[in-house]
Amino acid sequence: MSDNGPVQTRSPVLTVRRVDAYYAITVVAPQIAERFRSGQFLSVAVGGEQSSMLLRRPFAIHDVKPDYGGTVEFLFAVRGPGTAWLAERRQRDLLDVVGPLGRPFPLPRDPVNCMLAGGGSGAAPLFPLAHALRRRGCRVDFVLGAASADRVFSAISARRIAETTTFTTDDGSFGVRGRVTDALERAMDDARSDVVYACGPMPMLRTVAAVAARQGVPVQVAVEETMACGTGICMSCVIPVVGEDGITRMVRACVDGPVFRGERVRFDDVGTIPFDALGAPGWKARGEDSADPQSGVADREAG
Amino acid sequence: MTTDMRTRLAGRELPNPVMAAAGCAGTGRELAQFFDIARIGAVVTKSVMLEPRAGRPAPRVAETPSGMLSAIGLQGPGVEVFLQRDLPWLLSRGGRAVASVAGAGAGEYAELARRLSAAEGVEMIEVNLSCPNPAGGGLDFADDPAEAARVVHAVRSHTRSDIPVFAKLAADVPDLVALARACVEARADGLSLINSVRAMAVDPRTLRPAVAGGVGGLSGPAIRPIAVASVYRVHAALPEVPLIGMGGVRTGADALELLAAGASAVGVGTVTFSDPSACVRILRELEELLEERGADRVSDVVGAAHRPAGAPLGAVLGR
Repeated sequence: MSDNGPVQTRSPVLTVRRVDAYYAITVVAPQIAERFRSGQFLSVAVGGEQSSMLLRRPFAIHDVKPDYGGTVEFLFAVRGPGTAWLAERRQRDLLDVVGPLGRPFPLPRDPVNCMLAGGGSGAAPLFPLAHALRRRGCRVDFVLGAASADRVFSAISARRIAETTTFTTDDGSFGVRGRVTDALERAMDDARSDVVYACGPMPMLRTVAAVAARQGVPVQVAVEETMACGTGICMSCVIPVVGEDGITRMVRACVDGPVFRGERVRFDDVGTIPFDALGAPGWKARGEDSADPQSGVADREAG
Repeated sequence: MTTDMRTRLAGRELPNPVMAAAGCAGTGRELAQFFDIARIGAVVTKSVMLEPRAGRPAPRVAETPSGMLSAIGLQGPGVEVFLQRDLPWLLSRGGRAVASVAGAGAGEYAELARRLSAAEGVEMIEVNLSCPNPAGGGLDFADDPAEAARVVHAVRSHTRSDIPVFAKLAADVPDLVALARACVEARADGLSLINSVRAMAVDPRTLRPAVAGGVGGLSGPAIRPIAVASVYRVHAALPEVPLIGMGGVRTGADALELLAAGASAVGVGTVTFSDPSACVRILRELEELLEERGADRVSDVVGAAHRPAGAPLGAVLGR
């Protein structure tokens, strides 16, 4: 219906590959590929038309290529019957795909130094971002972490794109033993980072945002939240985010995010309704305050 | 031969009987990315409340077999934003708006009805009775026919007389027909059947409830047979009362099932989360099914399931 909004397509599977501990599926979806900007995601229906699994599965878009008019690739680990079904897809099977969804990463106007921090398969959206940043003349550095070596994601392509790449694993089986956030501060100093982009689990994003704040560097985080629809109608993926006006609202990660300015997300309150959030129990309107839950979070200026 | 898809609900004519159900269409804006919302019969809004509301903590949804468990907690911006932003947008796109209202007491419902029916463009009001009654000891308004009737009466008294008021009922109540009767006696112009069904899932990992509210509302195809039975029973008891049927509709055949059970229009809900263009697909499928059966108009099949065993379908189709 609109030129840059999401589309729903029946997309043929081009390839299904194993990538370390993950699966990567590439589908032919020209309309999604042409609209895509890094940070956006897609959602896939699982189990076929009479599936008992009603909810679409959301995945970050990992790669977009011009082949066959436009392809998109997403990655996943098998976590349940839905992803197990996806892992069994074969070439030419059709997938019901909706995308691209969500707000993309804002890109800096100037060629600044960008630190990209990712955890596990959550790092997927950082790769198209890295390419977009490089096209703008930005320096790109990576810190990528995972539980173990087979879960460090796309190590080779990271090394190809980035000036420096630091790997961390919880068990020390690859790179530095420890977490992404243990290595981040040092890597930022070495790379003289001007801005940080991060994707991964919420605890990691919280620490990355804290590190960036300590260094006075702007940070953009892409959150991973449980979603039912991905299109903004079900209100299941809300997190507390502070707007431009200082008011906390429960905003939808799917359409108001998944990318947020790190300092605006109330990480400590994720999973709760903070008492001072707009419309929380006992909340009272304060004079002229806007009661609009969508305003104030649209600001996406990159540092 | 084409079927005349128009349907009438308590004096209001809709171009077709497929409606986007409350809470499953957002403000209309989100779905308008996927289809022209003017094509469907009506958009029932997410329940509007007087004040902004933050809703329940996460997790708010869980997938269950052929269903979805949800406890959203009626998150919304409040009636002011609805009237200033959401309703004008819906109307500007040619959408027909049915305003769903939710409150903490008859007074709040009445105030909402007054403000919404004073606004230009609200076609109907749907009273969401599956809201906790603060005086009800953990029960919803729909759980007590007398409480439900009080709310419906308050809404009807404060709604412009030419705007129909539909009461939306829950199926998991002791006596659905008694509840329906009480609402009609309180001057509801029609009934919407059914709301989500109280249900629960336990996360096998944490052994805690899968949604933060503990008990949530089950929706999706898992509850469709309950919706069909509810529409069938209420239509049998109150054949003159127009019904909007909803609950797990996924295909045109599912919509036809509810029409045959006695509904004059059908709400499409949870399936929209998995198929954002479901409303227009279901409309197309329903139109094809009605044409195949030789129905001249939608009303030909409304209540067809109530005809005596052995009576041919042609009898209700007037041939």
